[in-house]
Amino acid sequence: MTTRRRSPYPYWFVLPAAVVFVTLFLVPTVASFWFSLTRWDLFEAEFIGLENYRQFFREPFLVQGLVNTLIYAVVTSGAKSVLGLLLAVLLTSGIWFQGFLRSVVFFPVLVSTIGIGIAFAALMHPTRGAINLALAAIGIEGPAWLSDPALALYSVALIDIWKGVGLATLIYIAGLAAISPDYYEAARIDGATAWQRFWRVTVPLVRPATVTVVTLSLIGGLRSFDIIWATTRGGPGFASDVLASVIYKQYQAGFYGLSTAGNVILFLLIGVIVLPMTWGCSKREVDVGACAAMAPVAA
Amino acid sequence: MIFILPFVYILLMAVKTKQEAALFLFAWPSEWRAWENLVEVVQTRNYMLLLAYFNSTVITLGAVTLLVIFGAMVGYVLQRRRSPWNRVVYVFLLIGLMVPPAVVPTIWVLQNLGLFKTIHGMILIQVAYGLSFAVLLYRSFIASIPRALDEAAIIDGARPWQVFFRVILPLLKPVTVTLIVVQSVAIFNDFTNPLYYLPGRENVTVQLTLFNFQSQFQSQYNLLFMNILLVTIPPLLVFVFCNRQIVAGMTSGGVKG
Repeated sequence: MTTRRRSPYPYWFVLPAAVVFVTLFLVPTVASFWFSLTRWDLFEAEFIGLENYRQFFREPFLVQGLVNTLIYAVVTSGAKSVLGLLLAVLLTSGIWFQGFLRSVVFFPVLVSTIGIGIAFAALMHPTRGAINLALAAIGIEGPAWLSDPALALYSVALIDIWKGVGLATLIYIAGLAAISPDYYEAARIDGATAWQRFWRVTVPLVRPATVTVVTLSLIGGLRSFDIIWATTRGGPGFASDVLASVIYKQYQAGFYGLSTAGNVILFLLIGVIVLPMTWGCSKREVDVGACAAMAPVAA
Repeated sequence: MIFILPFVYILLMAVKTKQEAALFLFAWPSEWRAWENLVEVVQTRNYMLLLAYFNSTVITLGAVTLLVIFGAMVGYVLQRRRSPWNRVVYVFLLIGLMVPPAVVPTIWVLQNLGLFKTIHGMILIQVAYGLSFAVLLYRSFIASIPRALDEAAIIDGARPWQVFFRVILPLLKPVTVTLIVVQSVAIFNDFTNPLYYLPGRENVTVQLTLFNFQSQFQSQYNLLFMNILLVTIPPLLVFVFCNRQIVAGMTSGGVKG
């Protein structure tokens, strides 16, 4: 027995985790602001002020990467929330094989992104791919999907939506389960049609789930790298390059300062877009847990 | 149908002959070559796939173990002890959850610590990146465990670490299972981080083999798809046996909002 009464919740419990988190995450993140202002070969960093950022916004293909990132994030998160809600409504309506169908919709979330990317690259092959052959069979000439510069980014987004919509559906199913049946009962007594019940009851009351889905898929979309790298590697040309692939390409080319500047821009972008959204989230502590719960899979 | 067909396609491609697979057709294979393709993929580049499975397993097991222990310890202290620092820690956790890691500076730190291109360095990276999620998950769960339990153990003469490891940690089992399932799938499927922090043949992970084989198997799509199939099996097993935990874990809290 110690004579001095110590807290039963000692701070050294936090220490091992804190050491790992600070050295391998916080230090690099803070250091990135400095290194983005330098010409850098990992050993020596020469201060060049804002030159990296100037170059970033001068090169058209780098700017395009930035624009593509925004388009990609908005398209994927928009589609995932709309389709997720519709699928969730369908899969809670008591149709046949409901449990099995939920599993089927969710399974792609758990599968290797690279594997999915390679498989879809074959399915989307312009002349021999199964998708275009199926379209041809019903008399439609399919587009060149991944090799058409105007379409490549959206084709990748389509694969991403296919893979990620299961998670959105799952969150919406949980959100729908939380809505009391009394509301639907009352609406029905007041003579509301199914359409009105959906717009006036379901959509407003499922809002917490919507916030979670939109936040998560926006973050995931802005950071997206694997799926793009597995399908187009940013091509054709720079047509489907996003910030994350630009960062990797500049790193490979040895422009460490420029690559890090890309990282800082991505950091700021996520901060500006996502922070205001999570603000509402963090007021209710429970929600943050929910937001947190999906993060590793969504990323 | 839309959700199943691509998997059927992967399966069909994986058992075709080289010539048939090159056609990309969504068609029944004329001869089943599942075993031959499997053997050939495993033997490629000096059994690289086996090495990759070994590396991926070590990384996943190591990182998930540390995440459970570290995450629970931090979540426990954070929930039990009210201090002005909590808010600061909380902000850092949220940053850790949302912000993409700064890649090149991380390589710089790893190099200075002698951890670059090492398996244990990779494990620590995964711990650092997964920690926020683990802590937040544990913290909200620990709130539901009455303090009276800790106090009773302390009166019985237990030391703080005994209270934690003997009383609290066993009670956290449901949320621990969730964390293990979700994180092991995420870490096993991770491609970006090994790509950056773990270059080199001897360090290859399962996801990197796919990437390497993608260029090597240009003309052997049957083998590439067999590899995809093999890489999909571990998550499939997790999915079949732990579907309930995954669903519970990923929707916990969302319902109460």
